[in-house]
This record gives sequence, C-alpha cells and structure tokens, in this order.
Amino acid sequence: MQRSSIQRATAGLLVLGLAALTACGSDDGENGSGGGDGGDEVVLVTHESFLVSEDVLEAFTEETGYRVSVLRAGDAGVVVNQAVLSAGNPQGDVLFGVDNTLLSRALDAGIFAPHEAAGLDQVPAELRLDDAEHRVTPIDTGDICVNYDRAYFDEHDLAPPRTLEDLADPAYADLLVVQNAATSSPGLGFLLATVSAFGEDGWAGYWESLRENGVEVVDGWEQAYNERFSGAGQGGDKPLVVSYATSPPAGVVYGGDERPDEAPTGVATGTCFRQIEFAGLLDGAANPEGGRALLDFLLGREFQEDMPLSMFVYPAHQDAELPEEFTRYAEPVEEVHELAPEEIAEHRDRWIDEWTDLVVR
Amino acid sequence: MSLLELDGVSVRYGDRRALDGVRLAVAEREIVCVLGPSGSGKSTLLRAVAGLTPVAGGAVRLAGRDLRGVPAHRRGLGLMFQDHQLFPQRDVAGNIAFGLRMRREPGERVAGRVAELLELVGLPGAERRAVATLSGGERQRVALARALAPDPRLLMLDEPLGQLDRDLRERLVVELRQLFGRLGSTVLAVTHDQGEAFALADRVVVMRAGRVVQVGTPVEVWQRPANAFVARFLGFRNVVTATVGGGEARTPWGAVRVSTGPTADVGPGERTLLVRPSGVRLSPADEGAPLTGTVAARTFRGDHVLVLVQPAGGGPELEASCALREAPGVGATVGVSLDPGEVVVLDGEPTGDQHRDQLS
Amino acid sequence: MTRRALAGGALLAVPLLFFAVFFGYPVAAIVGRGLRADGVWQLGRLPEVLGDPGTLRVLWFTCWQAAASTALTLALALPGAYVFARLRFPGRRVLHAAVTVPFVLPTVVTGAAFLALVGRGGVLDDAFGLRLDDGVWAILLAHAFFNYAVVVRTVGGLWAQLDPRQEEAARVLGAGRLAAFRRVTLPALTPSVAAAALMVFLFTFTSFGVIQILGSPGRATLEVEIYRQTAQLLDLPTAAVLTLLQLAAVVALLAAHRLVTRRHVGALPLVDPAGTAHRPRGWAQWTALGGVLATVALLLALPLGVLVERSLAGPDGYGLEHYRALAHADGTFLVAPAEAIGNSLRFAAAATLIALVVGGCAAVALTRRAGRLTRGFDALLMLPLGTSAVTVGFGFLIALDEPPLDLRSSWVLVPLAQALVGVPFVVRVLVPVLGAVDDRLRQAAAVLGASPWRAWREVDLPLVWRSLLVAAGFAFAVSLGEFGATVFIARPDEPTLPVAVARLLGRAGALNYGQAMALSVILMLVCAVTLLLLERLTPSRSAGTF
Repeated sequence: MQRSSIQRATAGLLVLGLAALTACGSDDGENGSGGGDGGDEVVLVTHESFLVSEDVLEAFTEETGYRVSVLRAGDAGVVVNQAVLSAGNPQGDVLFGVDNTLLSRALDAGIFAPHEAAGLDQVPAELRLDDAEHRVTPIDTGDICVNYDRAYFDEHDLAPPRTLEDLADPAYADLLVVQNAATSSPGLGFLLATVSAFGEDGWAGYWESLRENGVEVVDGWEQAYNERFSGAGQGGDKPLVVSYATSPPAGVVYGGDERPDEAPTGVATGTCFRQIEFAGLLDGAANPEGGRALLDFLLGREFQEDMPLSMFVYPAHQDAELPEEFTRYAEPVEEVHELAPEEIAEHRDRWIDEWTDLVVR
Repeated sequence: MSLLELDGVSVRYGDRRALDGVRLAVAEREIVCVLGPSGSGKSTLLRAVAGLTPVAGGAVRLAGRDLRGVPAHRRGLGLMFQDHQLFPQRDVAGNIAFGLRMRREPGERVAGRVAELLELVGLPGAERRAVATLSGGERQRVALARALAPDPRLLMLDEPLGQLDRDLRERLVVELRQLFGRLGSTVLAVTHDQGEAFALADRVVVMRAGRVVQVGTPVEVWQRPANAFVARFLGFRNVVTATVGGGEARTPWGAVRVSTGPTADVGPGERTLLVRPSGVRLSPADEGAPLTGTVAARTFRGDHVLVLVQPAGGGPELEASCALREAPGVGATVGVSLDPGEVVVLDGEPTGDQHRDQLS
Repeated sequence: MTRRALAGGALLAVPLLFFAVFFGYPVAAIVGRGLRADGVWQLGRLPEVLGDPGTLRVLWFTCWQAAASTALTLALALPGAYVFARLRFPGRRVLHAAVTVPFVLPTVVTGAAFLALVGRGGVLDDAFGLRLDDGVWAILLAHAFFNYAVVVRTVGGLWAQLDPRQEEAARVLGAGRLAAFRRVTLPALTPSVAAAALMVFLFTFTSFGVIQILGSPGRATLEVEIYRQTAQLLDLPTAAVLTLLQLAAVVALLAAHRLVTRRHVGALPLVDPAGTAHRPRGWAQWTALGGVLATVALLLALPLGVLVERSLAGPDGYGLEHYRALAHADGTFLVAPAEAIGNSLRFAAAATLIALVVGGCAAVALTRRAGRLTRGFDALLMLPLGTSAVTVGFGFLIALDEPPLDLRSSWVLVPLAQALVGVPFVVRVLVPVLGAVDDRLRQAAAVLGASPWRAWREVDLPLVWRSLLVAAGFAFAVSLGEFGATVFIARPDEPTLPVAVARLLGRAGALNYGQAMALSVILMLVCAVTLLLLERLTPSRSAGTF
C-alpha cells in the first residue's frame, strides 16, 4: 500500500537522522573535547580566517606527539572577547589572533600565562610589544593599505596615489571606498593610520577633506572589495579601496591559472597601518605543556613559511622565506603607521564615535 | 454466572460524581441497554468498563476477574463509539482488520474475517472503499464490524444509532437484535432513546445522575416505571402526587379508584400516581363525566392523537390518547374520566415537578 | 494527578528543559554578567543606556525601518497572496515553492546578489541608472525579498480556504464587486494580514544580516548594536540592557500576534482550497497575475538569477569552472569546499532531529493540555527568533562551561543552536494538525488492543506524518541557512555552507568570489528542492504557515 511505504520512508528518515547524530557523536569521541583531560591533545582557539596546511600540523604532531585541535569562532574581536569572558576557564590551550588593536583588552583581562617562545629573538624588536612579560608572542604582521586598480590608472593616465595626503587630492576625487570603522576591522585600521599620521588634533581635519573629496563608506570589507572595487573584476567602479597589503598577491593566486608579470592591483605604500597578530598561552589551560610547545611551533620556520600563502600575512620571523607570489606581486611597504596598543585601547571608542559623527552622519 | 459485574462503581470528574455506586450485572449472551438522559453517566459507564476512564471506587469484574489496573488495550472488549470514530486514513478493510492486527492474526485469516464481517453487516465487497465515501448507515455498519472483528467477550455500543435518521434507525435496530441473537453476543449498549432501548434490549437499566434507578425487562419498565423520574423520562406527562388510601387515590383531578392487582400491596399515604394517556377517556361535555376541561393542544402521532386537556377545576394538564377520528378540536370542552386499569401507583417518594426540566 | 497528566507533564518537560538549558540559562547568564557586579544588580545602567541619544537613534531606526519594510512587504506581497490563493496558472506550485527560497536562504548569500541588483553597476543601474545601495531603499527591498513568502503563505493560506460563495452571496444581495470584497473578504482576511504583518515586523525588527550587508554606516538596528556592543566592544552592560529592550519588544509583538490570531480562529467557514482557485478571468485578474509575476521576477528571481549568472561567469566566458573548483582543496580551506555541503547536511540533519523531538514534544503537550500552564508557552518557543545570535552564542560560552554541561567546544552546540531556530517552525506546523486528531480515535485504537505507543503509531503518525515531514523540511532548510549562531560558536568542525561562503567572500581573488557564488547556488538549490518537496507534501489545510 502506498501509504505504508510513505510511513516507512518517514521512519527511515528518522533513523537516518539518528544515525547521522550518532555518527557525529562518535567523531566527537575520537577527537575528545576542548578543555577536557589534556593528554596528548592541544586546543588552538582562533578566528575564522585561521588556516594552515595540514602537513604542517602533522609535522607538529610528529615532532612533539601533541595533536592540534583547532577551534574557530567569528572574527578576531569575537575570539578575544570570548576568551575574556571565559578567563580562567578557557575553551582551549592557546589563543591565536589577538592583534594590536585588541591587545590591551586581552592583557588587561589577564587571559594569558607568560611563555617566552623559542625563536623570539629572531623577531624584530618593534613587533615584540610585550617583551617584558612574554604573555603574548608576535606571529605575523599584516598591513592595512589602500589598494588601487592598475588598469584604471593606466587608462586614465593618472599616477596612482602613494600617501594619505594624496587621497585628499582632488585628482583622486570620488575614487576611494573605505569601510565603516565601527563595524569593520580594515576600516578601523585605516582610521588608526590617519590618527597615527595626523595626530590627535589633525585626523578629523584630514577626514573632512576626504569627505569633501567624495570618499564612500560601506559597512564591510566584502562589500567594499568585491562589489565596489573595480580591481576585483565584479563590476565595481571605484579604483581605490582600503584592503590589505597582501591583497594583490592573493588576487593573483585566486585569479585563475595565469601568472601575469604584474599584479592587476597595487598598494599605495604610504597609507598602511600595521596589524600585528599575537598568540598566547591561555591562563588555566588544560594542557599548558602542549600549549607551550605549540607556541614555539607557531614561531618556527615551518609554520612561519606556510603562513603567507594560507593566510596572506607576513611572517614575524625575520629569517622566514617568502614565497615567489609575495616577492613578485607584493610591494614592500615603505612607511607604516603605528599606534601603541594602550593608546588604541584608551581612545578607540571615542575615535570611532567622533569618526562616525564626522563621516557617516 | 454474570459475564460482567459492576459492584458499586463510582467515577468522579473533579467534584462531580459521574457514576455513583453503580451495581449492574450482564449475563452471558444477554443484551442490556442503559437508558438515561444526557449527563446521566451512561457513556461514563461504558468508558469505565472499557478502561478509558479511571474508576474511583468499586470494582468492575469480567467473568469474575477484577479489571482494576488492566489497561484498555488488554481488556479484550469491543466498543463502538458514539460517532463511530473510524480511522480516516484507513479504508474499510483497514478499519475492520485493526483489532485483528493488534492480535497479530496472520494476514490471510484477517482478510477472510474482514470479508466475512462485511457480509455479516451487509456491505459485501466494500473492503477498499475510503471511509470518507461512506454514508452514515454504512459507517455504522463498518464501526460495528470493526468492534466485532476481534470477537470480544463483551460488545459495548455507545448510542449505536444516534446520528442516523429515524427510518434507518428503526430498520437497523431490528437487524442488530437479530445479528446479536445469531452470534450469541453479550452486549451492553447505552442510549437516550427509549424506543431504541426497548427494541434492542433483553433488559433495560435506567440511569439518572450517575445512579441506577430501575432495572427490568422492557415490559416491566414500561408498565411499572420505578418512580416519577422514570415515568417522565419514558414520556408520560400525567404524573402527580396523590393521597392513597382505602382503594382510592385523591388527585388534583378528583378521586380515582386504584385497582387491586399489581398495586394492591401499595400502602396508604402520599404517593406518586401515573395515569397513562390511554387511561384518560374523553367524552362529550354533556355526558356527565366526573371532570370537564378544555382542549389546549393536539399532537398528531401517526396512529393516534395526543390531546392536552386543561381541567376546568384547575390542576395540571392531562394528556389523553385518542383515536384519530375521535380527537376533539382545540378549544372544545370535553368530559374526562380516568380508567382505573391505566392508573399506576409508583414506588418511591412522591415527587413534584422539580425534575421535569431535567428531562428535556 | 492521573497518569495521563503525568505523561503530559513529561512531554512538556522535554521542551521546557531544552529551552531552559540552551536558551533561558545562557541568555540570563550573559545578561546577568552585564548587569550584576559583585553579586548586586546594577539596574542604574537601565535608564542610563535607555536615555542615551545613541540608543534612542538606534531604537528609532529599528522601529521605522521595520514599519516601512512591513508596509512595503505587504504592498508587494498581498497581490501575490491573492494570485497564489485564487488563480490557477501553469507553474503555480513551483513558483509558490520558489518564493519561499529567499526566506530560508542565509543573508550572506543573498546580500551579495541583492547588491548586484540594486547597487552601483547593478542591473537596475545599468538599465535605468537607478541605484539604491546607499539609501534605505535597499534595506527595505531586501526585507521585502526575504519576507515575501511570509505574507503569501500566511494570508494566501487563509484566502485559499475562504468560501468564495460568501462574496457571491454579498453580490447577490446587491453589493458591487469592490464593496463585496470590502465587506466580506477583507474583514475575514484582516486577522491573517495583521498576523503576517506582525511576523514581518518581528523579522525585520530583529534584522541583522541584511543591515550588515546592505546597511550603510549609521543605520544600525538593535540587533546590530547588540552585536557591536557584545562582539566588538565587549560592553556587556549596554548589550544586556539592549538585549532586554529587544526581548521586551519581541514579547510585546508576540503577545499582539497571539491576540490577533486567536480572535477569529474557528469563526470562519473554511473550504478545501483546491476548490476555490480558478483560471484568471477578465482583465483585472490577468493584470493581477501579470503584476505578481513581474514582481516575483524582479524582486525574487532577478537577485537569485544574478547569483547563478555570477557563479557561471569565469575569465573565459561562462562555464562550470567554479563548480569544478569546489571539489579541490586549496589554500582557503583545508579540504575541498564541496565538503562543506556534507558538513551542512550533517549538521542540519542533527538540528532537524533535535528540533523535531523538542518541537514534537512541545506540540503534543500543547495540544493535549490546553491548560493555563501551556498558554503562552508556544509564544515562549518563538523567543529565540527574536534574540540576537551573538547573545545566545556568548551565553553558551559562559553558561555551559562546567561539567557535565561543558559543551563549549563540542560540535553539538551548532545543531543545538540551529535547532533553537527550527523548533518554532516545527511547533507551528504540528500544533494545528495534532490538535485536529480526535482523542477518541486513540481510544478506539486502545479498545481494539493497541498500546498507547502503538496507538500513536497507528493513529497519530499516519495522520500527521505529512506535517511531520513538512516541519522537518522547514527545520532542515532553516538550519541549513543558519549563519548567525553558527559563526559565534567555536567549532572544531569543518565549515558549513554559509560559513564557507562567508569565508570565500572574505578573500580577494576572482576564484574565491566565483566559488562563493557557486556554493551559494548549491545552497539555494538544496533549499529550493527541500521546499519543492514540501510543497508536494503540504496537507490541504493551512499547515506550513508561519
């Protein structure tokens, strides 16, 4: 009878669901859980953008006997805030992804236990922001810079902008799209670059001139780069966008099989804000020994040389070799704007509020 | 020995007693019909026996075994619900076979039994019909077949013919009685329709407000209602309080002779008196009848006419049954005499009119 | 207490416990963390935050965009409700399923496609020089896009069951066509229009993804502000006050919804919808049909079409290049993106199962014991729809951090969070159907020898299996598209489809973009197929409304 066969199908569906559930359950059993018994597992808490080649993690396991379990959630802000909320009873052993804009909050909350990672002496001193206590270890840097669409400037016979001042030049009127500093991490980075360049008294005036020059503000990087930037090739019409210094090589790597002589996009090398990403051993970790080993590994050559093409960041280790895609398509940043984490932590909310009043409303 | 015994069974719904100390026995192969107005507890009685309603006190015994704690699905009884409750998603055969499947009967036996039952209830070949396409009478038959299929020791019917029209009802009642006789079924039915009860039952149980008020054969109950309530429920209007003594009863309509015979043992005092309509004789006003009155209304009843007479000297209206041709018109003045043979002195406390409205 | 009442209580205990542990407790924990200091409630924050001009601005924008979105959605979708309810035309079923696709699609997918329609260089810009991306219009249109189906299903579902003879009777009595509609049909529809409007208002009031993607800076809803205060600024006291504010608003909306839906239920003579639809007659009906088809094409099909187009566009013209690339692991993922499909299906299956068990128990309990205890309980089940995902996600983190409930790093949190969103749909689909099963049918089965479990299987299940599948399908589709909570929960798993799409979109490179579009199309197709199957299964009575 037709009806009973449909009933059987229903029952089948339920059984299937149960099977799926138990299958997932057994997966879990193999993996063990985060802050559980410790043992031979070390849990890395990080953001959605974290990526590493599988063989690199396997090498770590071979080297140390620890297996790495990666726990991802949201963006860097979410990860740091979650760690602050669960201070003392962390979700994992090591946190990777706290950057210099978030560093003060993390350090003030006391979520890290000190560990001086092996190889720290190979990291340039300007990146070692917690050298006194070694609560965090610098792992990589990424610069937030204005990118330009080479084709546009060739076509219009216009030299691409180089510095922040250039962007306010009427020659580049209505060409720039930036992100909301309140909701986007590159947007905040670019605001911080202008604060660093023009100082507490000058940045507001600079933004006024940017506004007069027709700057466009959108909420997120995806919208700015994919939809608005002409260099992404998705129909956007703005040849200038705030993005990363590594976006040109990324655009080539993910642009198809061809390897052009020159990346179709370039970087305005005087507009950059330096983001430094740190990792640290979480206070109260179930497996502090494994955590320390993992921190050492994150600063080791193998991981450091894997990072550029997995996460499109620059390794912190000064001897790490850069892949060809970087040496060929990325441009060296000539002038980075920096701000002390304490200063960022102290004034950020006010800067964002003032910026919002000035630019958005 | 009785197949079913109810020994002081009580059921409570909150504060209300739906059944109050009910005693009842149904013998093997007997058809017992519980009769009562709605709210008298008769459906609750069936549900208590079936195990669908918890019993607060007393015992239900089936073939001598106490059913306390036995859930409905293990009692092995048949129950035909008031509005049949056929399973809408199953066809006719699926409905009838349900009880057999629950007993894990083999498939070919089930099919044979379904065909046999459909034959029995007069719907041969209806196996594959959808329930939604059945008429009221057909549903009733399918519901009956479904209840009979597992061969229950006791078959219970809740208002078995309730929703059918009169003509079909009268036909089916006869069919049912013949069928149960042939199958030797033991049946406990409930109904609010006295005609249905009298036509179907070997014995009638009259209930009121959760209590049994009279048990007897249809003839006994009809001839001698136990009290004013039963009399009124059976449709009699001429029920009054009278003072009985010395072979005579003093009623609002004057003195009436109370016959000896079945009522001779009734002692003197305040009694309830029933005068059957057929015992109210109408005559022309000038023929010297003891009582005169005015015809207030006439109701045509097919083979006779019920005439409502307002006595001239006051007192409650009298209902008289007349032959078609003899019925006086509304407004006519008539003489009234009461036939002692149709006057019954009832047992129990004399009652006034306070229960009338419960009968509607 | 009888055994049945006990059984009913046990049934109620499952959803109650589920909501207490996985919703009430985490949300209370995060709010408590914000408003309690040293064990004392700091209620002084309440007036402080509520009186802040920034809060008032957010509240004002939240309310008026929700009201405007609701009005626009009603204006666009009510003709659709009429056409789908009353007119028969080829492809009606497929289209009816298709208009529901946006509702279950994650905003991360459709946001990009919608931008392609109304943004600079978008279709409308090319054709008419019309650009809406920097105005509030983009938000309103996107809300209409997402909620079109809510109105069509809620209002259309009832409209299809209204007896057309009522209107005919009014016309026989001398009312003109318009007057007959106004006097007879409109009053009958008003409650369902109000119910649909309130649901749309609720969904747009708590809008997050649309505002994030299409909103220009300075246009933030409460939900976005809660996200900002929690995930970015870690200002938990402010976030707590805003969360309470939003919960209060949502409770008020749900109470209003309950009031309007209760009042008229059962008072209308309903008929089989199959008998009320007819082929269009006369110019007015043809115009209505044409208008609705045009609306569906422009508002719903075009953005989705753009999505498909972009997934196929490669450097060397159109092709399946991006789809093929999904099968390969590369730098953006440890595994091939196609595996995200498997992950999504697995999680959605687990979430569906949880939602079915919890929602099923709730629905059975709600229909068996219509006592005071259960009154308002179904509204309680709707609360997760009106609670910020970041609140729940962070709540999980601090509430479920002790054994035996230390689930913070367990995969199971993801389906649990998805199930929270799925349960309301399961309950709403199952309650009317279960309520319609006569208890005496179960008793009839019992008397015939069926044990309670057997009676459920033999009586309830055959009557409700369609609705059970419909409920399962909705829970599945909603779980599949769920993004918010999934992203805030730390997971050791491989990414789900929406997470993978977001990750691909977050990287430079045409290949990443194309693959994101291709994955989105796959997600859309899975949702569409699920919904189309549901459309075939939906019982004729109004199950499946929101």
